[in-house]
Amino acid sequence: MLRACLRGANATARKNYRRIPLTSLQQCRHYTAGEGSSASKVVVAGLLTVSGGIGGTVLYAKWDRLCLCVCVFSLEECNECHEHKEATAVHPAPTEPMKERPVEEVAARLAQQEQEEQDISASVSASLEDSLASSAKATLQAIGAQEAALQAIMQHTDKLKEAMEAEVLPEEKSNQWKDLEAALADRTTALNDARAALSKANESLDSLRSVIDESKGLKISSVRPLVLAAEENLHNMVVDLDKMVMKCFCVLAGKLSTDDLNALIAHAHRRIDQLNRELAEQKVREKIHIDAALEQQKLEDQKALDSAVNTALQHVKEEARLDQERKLAELREVMEAEMRTQLRRQAAAHTDHVQDVLKVQEHELKAEAEQVLSSKMLEQETRYRQLTQEQLDNFTLDMNTAYARLKGVEEAIDSHVVAEDEARKAHQLWLSVEALSYSLKTAEADVPTVPLENAAQAVRDSCRDNDFALALASALPEKSLQRGVYSEASLRARFNSLRSLARRVALIDESRNSLYQYFLSYLQAALLFEKRQEAPPSQLSSEDLDPFKLLSYASYCLEHGDLELAAKLVNQLRGEARRVVEDWLIEARLTLETRQVVNLLSAYANAVGLGTTQAP
Amino acid sequence: MAKDGILTCYGGMSHVTSCFSREIFLTAENMADEHARKWDRCLADTAVKTVTGLGVGIVVSFIAFKRRAWPLSFGSGLGLGMGYSNCQHDLRSPYLIHGRMVKDQ
Repeated sequence: MLRACLRGANATARKNYRRIPLTSLQQCRHYTAGEGSSASKVVVAGLLTVSGGIGGTVLYAKWDRLCLCVCVFSLEECNECHEHKEATAVHPAPTEPMKERPVEEVAARLAQQEQEEQDISASVSASLEDSLASSAKATLQAIGAQEAALQAIMQHTDKLKEAMEAEVLPEEKSNQWKDLEAALADRTTALNDARAALSKANESLDSLRSVIDESKGLKISSVRPLVLAAEENLHNMVVDLDKMVMKCFCVLAGKLSTDDLNALIAHAHRRIDQLNRELAEQKVREKIHIDAALEQQKLEDQKALDSAVNTALQHVKEEARLDQERKLAELREVMEAEMRTQLRRQAAAHTDHVQDVLKVQEHELKAEAEQVLSSKMLEQETRYRQLTQEQLDNFTLDMNTAYARLKGVEEAIDSHVVAEDEARKAHQLWLSVEALSYSLKTAEADVPTVPLENAAQAVRDSCRDNDFALALASALPEKSLQRGVYSEASLRARFNSLRSLARRVALIDESRNSLYQYFLSYLQAALLFEKRQEAPPSQLSSEDLDPFKLLSYASYCLEHGDLELAAKLVNQLRGEARRVVEDWLIEARLTLETRQVVNLLSAYANAVGLGTTQAP
Repeated sequence: MAKDGILTCYGGMSHVTSCFSREIFLTAENMADEHARKWDRCLADTAVKTVTGLGVGIVVSFIAFKRRAWPLSFGSGLGLGMGYSNCQHDLRSPYLIHGRMVKDQ
């Protein structure tokens, strides 16, 4: 406990004075030495340390009171002090230089300047206020901290005096020292806080100063009062701060007076006595302790020995067991290996045997399979051959049928062609016959038709290989071919004119042909009246052979379109009448003949056409 | 032909129709035409002969018979008879059979 307190005091002294007393190092070294070294040495060392420390404090305090300022705080604070001293000497900024300008421009410029100045002043004032506020806060904080430090120092000093002056029991002394140490710690912390706060305050003051400098640097008149006020505030704050610091210093510095020192020495002596007493007590106690400790040690050694023996025994046992097991394992391995080799041999033998057997089996199976394969192949082949043959037969059959059909089709087509040809020919014939019959109609009143030669030629051409038609075509009378025929109407008209003549020469024949007969026949014709037209009977009797009757019959027939009958009847005329109507008869015969032939041809052509024309 | 046609047109009235028929059937083979033509010819011939006879009669009567009437009638009768005979022959001609005598010597 004592050592701890001493160490704390040394550390504080180190921090405060920046002089590491050599004894502290020594003390460290001593502390780290083993427990077995003599306690007296330790005690002496501690006492020396204490005295040295206290003496040092006293001597140093007496030597340089001012330098406390420098040594209590850090070098930075010293610098700050210096800076602080310098800052107060700064004065306000110079005036703004004025130049000659035109009036309007000046006015505008002034207005602009004013505006600018107002803006800037507003901003500057704001900034100044901010920095002032912050610095004031910091300063107050610093001052507070300084006061707290002061309080702590005072407390510590009291506690120290108390500890030194009071005559109390060692335990309580120790407590007191403990309290003192605590108080020292508090003082240290308080001092640190104060320092920190002071540094902060200094910083803020510096910032404020810089702001002030800036605003001063702006050179605006409206800002100046604000700047001055700020500067005043700054100065006040700095002054307060310094006062507090000085107070602190004074408190720290003027701590120890002569009485105090004497008291301190007395206290030190007392303390030494106390410590000596304690030391003696300690010696005795120590001896007892050592004996007890030795005893204990012996017991412990014995125990340790026993335990060591036990453990050694156990270890040996364990080792033996392990060895045994290892040996067992090795043996097992060896056995296993041997077993494996034997098994391998057996396996090899087995595989050989199996191989042989497999070979034999393979042969057998192969032979079997080959046999089966060959038989199957044969079967397949025969089937295949059969199928192909069948296919071939079928194909041949189909081909034959197709060929036959083709032939049939060809024949049909040929016959068709033939039939078509026939049909064409028939049509040609028919057309030519039609042309012929049409040409018959070309006969106008008392003008014969066109010569039928062309039409007949056309008919002959169109039926070159048709004998019947050819015969018919060649049966046409020559006259009709060369000259044409008269139509029935013309013949009818002619007959009407001829009739009167025939009537007139009705009496004239081979035997009676004098003029007198002529006169008589004329008379007869004039006096005899017969029916204009009379239907002829189916059979002519002898009295029907009268020319007048015949003529009326013929007339009737002609009127009813029966040229043939008329011609027949007219053919019954005899004598001069006959001679007179001879050429008419010839013409009639010609016409009839031609018409007959043409009718025949037409009928034939129609028949042939009908025969060849295929009904749809 | 045209001449004949004109003569017959001037001819007998009973042959008007034949005249017409002649004009229509103007073919040589027309028997009716022939008949009509025959008649025309006949009449024309007769007329000519009669007139010629008359004329000869007149001439003869003038010359030989001291302008008597009977040569006129004789001549005209002669002419007429010749004409009539001619006409008749002409009209008979188709029925006449021309035979040949074959001497068997």
